[in-house]
Amino acid sequence: MRTGQLNVILATDCGSTTTKAILIEKRPEGYRQTCRGEAPTTVEAPFEDVTRGVLNAIEEVEELSGRPILEGGRIVTPVQDGRGVDIYISTSSAGGGLQMLVAGAVKSMTAESAQRAALGAGAIVMDVIATNDGRLPHEKIARIRELSPDMILLSGGTDGGTVSHVVELAEYIAAARPRPRLGHTFRLPVIFAGNRDARDHVRNTLSEQTALTITENIRPTLETENLAPARTAIQDLFLEHVMAHAPGYDKLMQWTGAPVMPTPAAVGKIMQTIAERRGINLIGVDIGGATTDVFSVFDGRFIRTVSANLGVSYSISNVLAEAAPENVLRWLPLPLDEGDLKNRVKNKMVRPTTIPQTIPDLMMEHALSRCALSLAFQQHRELATELRGVQRQREVGEVFAGVEAESYIDMARLDLLVGSGGVLSHAPRRAQAMLMLMDGFEPVGVTELAVDSIFMMPHLGVLSGVHEEAAVQVFERDCLVPLGTCIAATGPARPGKECLSYRVKPPRGDALEGDLTWGEVMLVAAGTEESCEVDVRPARGVDVGAGPSRALVRQCRGGQVGVVLDARGRPILFPAGAEERRRMIARWLSAMDIYPPLPGADAGPRHGGT
Amino acid sequence: MPHAYTPGLQVTAATTVRKARLLPMRGDVLVKEGQAVEAHTAVARASLPGDVHPVNVVNRLGIQPSEIRHYMLKDVGDTVAAGEPIAETKPLLKFLKTTCPSPVRGTVQTISEVTGQVMVQEPPRQIELPAYVRGRVVEVMPGEGAVIETRAALVQGIFGIGGESNGPIAVPVEGPERVMEWKAAERDWAGAVIVVGSLISADLVRAAVRGRASAVVGGGMEAQELYGILGYEIGVAVTGAEKVGLTVIITEGFGRIAMAGNTFNLLKSLEGRLASVNGATQIRAGVQRPEIVVALDEAAPAPPAAEGSGAADGLRQGDRVRLIRQPYFGSIGRVVDFVPELQQIETESRVRVMRVGLDDGRTVTVPRANVEVIKD
Repeated sequence: MRTGQLNVILATDCGSTTTKAILIEKRPEGYRQTCRGEAPTTVEAPFEDVTRGVLNAIEEVEELSGRPILEGGRIVTPVQDGRGVDIYISTSSAGGGLQMLVAGAVKSMTAESAQRAALGAGAIVMDVIATNDGRLPHEKIARIRELSPDMILLSGGTDGGTVSHVVELAEYIAAARPRPRLGHTFRLPVIFAGNRDARDHVRNTLSEQTALTITENIRPTLETENLAPARTAIQDLFLEHVMAHAPGYDKLMQWTGAPVMPTPAAVGKIMQTIAERRGINLIGVDIGGATTDVFSVFDGRFIRTVSANLGVSYSISNVLAEAAPENVLRWLPLPLDEGDLKNRVKNKMVRPTTIPQTIPDLMMEHALSRCALSLAFQQHRELATELRGVQRQREVGEVFAGVEAESYIDMARLDLLVGSGGVLSHAPRRAQAMLMLMDGFEPVGVTELAVDSIFMMPHLGVLSGVHEEAAVQVFERDCLVPLGTCIAATGPARPGKECLSYRVKPPRGDALEGDLTWGEVMLVAAGTEESCEVDVRPARGVDVGAGPSRALVRQCRGGQVGVVLDARGRPILFPAGAEERRRMIARWLSAMDIYPPLPGADAGPRHGGT
Repeated sequence: MPHAYTPGLQVTAATTVRKARLLPMRGDVLVKEGQAVEAHTAVARASLPGDVHPVNVVNRLGIQPSEIRHYMLKDVGDTVAAGEPIAETKPLLKFLKTTCPSPVRGTVQTISEVTGQVMVQEPPRQIELPAYVRGRVVEVMPGEGAVIETRAALVQGIFGIGGESNGPIAVPVEGPERVMEWKAAERDWAGAVIVVGSLISADLVRAAVRGRASAVVGGGMEAQELYGILGYEIGVAVTGAEKVGLTVIITEGFGRIAMAGNTFNLLKSLEGRLASVNGATQIRAGVQRPEIVVALDEAAPAPPAAEGSGAADGLRQGDRVRLIRQPYFGSIGRVVDFVPELQQIETESRVRVMRVGLDDGRTVTVPRANVEVIKD
């Protein structure tokens, strides 16, 4: 079908708990998302057929849109007399998504490249096995056996390099005889993407016991990483093996007009498309109940990480454990006993569908969300590094010695930060989402922020493979909710000392002029289609996005929150004393109008009206 | 009549409980359909493959991988004892001989001429799967396991640690709000399932372990005490494999919370009866809650089957509910009515709410998501 003929598009995302359907229609102004329906996902017992949930979600779209789409339990395609849709497409993360084990010779070289390939293809990486991962050989075998992944990606060695290390890993896999998670009568798919010279040996070791696929080496030389062939092989095998054995997916794959994509892979695709089209660097985050995915596109380089146990309901207790209670409590303007915090968090863990009913409870969840975002981003940066072992021979030694590589993610060059997930997309006030993103990621210089209105990025990702223009139009018009722009200062921060002076001309009213000292934050209201003229003069050595000590003069786009001048420092400065810290937090919250008024909180600077 | 779908924990004096007892891998089923089983009756058996130990023979002997077969004393499929040489060098002078022993008793699985590794696999380990509950076999899945059905009293908890165990119920406290001091637990419990009121402490659990109790069941537990018991934090509620010496189940939540009256009274009425308990909890992907199952006599009429744990069910006016979020966390009451339109709550979120008449006389408005039905 020619893309020009696509006037009505139906897309679903089959999540672990909910199947979300959206309808996209061509209007005079372009493609728009016009309707949305959802229903519980039906992969697990008693239904065990994903299409039941898909049909239920589509029925909701039918009811809301008034457009008949189904006939006899099937989707009508293409459009006939105002009925049906031109194409139906879908993504899926139901049934736990794509769960992979990756293996490579050296943990921070080929194993890390393999991890990047698997994550970029939309997988959850259950474990990374490497020759030097610190585990004894029999422990590695036991681990491979107990995991039951959907697929294994085996890498190792540069072309022409070591053979024995990678064959050793293949032997561990053969000895473990791992069983696939789904379809127990089938052989486990294994992709070999390592040293070309080891192919025959790996084939001899694994081809009888596993469904072996051999693809190009992900690390053909120390200086190059070639992830695309392995990613493609993963996604093909995802459809052939994993999806084909998941309940109802054989039917679903017959309905769709394009291959079903793993949800995170689709999100990555739309982000890459947007970054490429706009020529920007961007970071996206999807914070869920159990996991947090971070995506980044920097200078065209795409990477995704998934923090499997950082989420704000099922995994909330793990966030507290990893962040430490004092790092959660430091975000609260009210005193809360550490034991009480732990009890509340554990109670949310065991009853994850409950929602905050009081403002202090909401603040607590937002504090934990900040920690989850920050931890997930930290993990992302650890994988978003230049290739290790490159150029200098001694760096190979550094790799073994655990020397950390620098992340190539430069926050000063970040143009757009996009958040999605319930705690961000459904925060009672948009300013709450903006501040959580600012606190979790600590952008520096000038950065635009936005949230995904109803988490339709998966749908648009799979659509971008079919009709890129339609996907981009919907992304710009209906998916992104601009929050505004953050201008954050970095430099020699000294609490209470002058950080910058500003002159801001908001879209309405008089220009605002004044100074900000370190530790202050200020909001200037500017709506979604509006912008502010900003003239910021930093103190000596301070950088607000134009370079140290240099003035920043530019237009800054507004959004549902506005333009924020952030002089809280990077990393954000907190007073040592608990009382003083709580007063300062209260001032930040007040300055950005984050919550309804709190008893005893000081009012801070807030300008420009609403 | 308006109603809402709200998750709940089952607390019932008599229901039909079905337990699928499945082997972790294929094996032999030892029972027949219709057969009566006790909790300890083995229903299925399987051989778990032994651990595999790689032995780097070439490094040990200082030879090339391609030469390995020349030096091997054992071939693929041969059995070896722990410490028995599997390969050795053949020098002219015997005292220069180097041997490579097997680290474990087992069978030689593979010999690699690429890496020079030999895999030795330990013998398979037999495991037997007990029935867990007293009842009758209603279905046999050849090679996989069996389903046991029983009429039973069932109490589901909110969170637990430790796996399956059995023992008679003991209720040494006077009421659901009471706290059992750890010193009072310093006695021989002879495998009992102890019901301790509103609070479980780490000291109490340790005393119960010393006293050979099978399980401790209480209303609540401070989160810090859970750390005290385990020595590590539980980040995600997937439990059941903890090795703390017994099973621990809380019925209400974290903090000091009196056990719901009907739960306590039911357990009190079952004092002395044999209970099957399981602390395994899994909140995601197929909810599993910890449980106490007490098989009843077969003669009594069978009530309708209970559908799984934590199943969603319709909540109606007058139903008994537990409030599960601040500011009313732990309070119990009855549904007064449902407000059909979305309402703005203190946080400014617009959500579906209901009004609940609490046992202390207050009527409060709460989000429907923050209510749990108490099934009785």
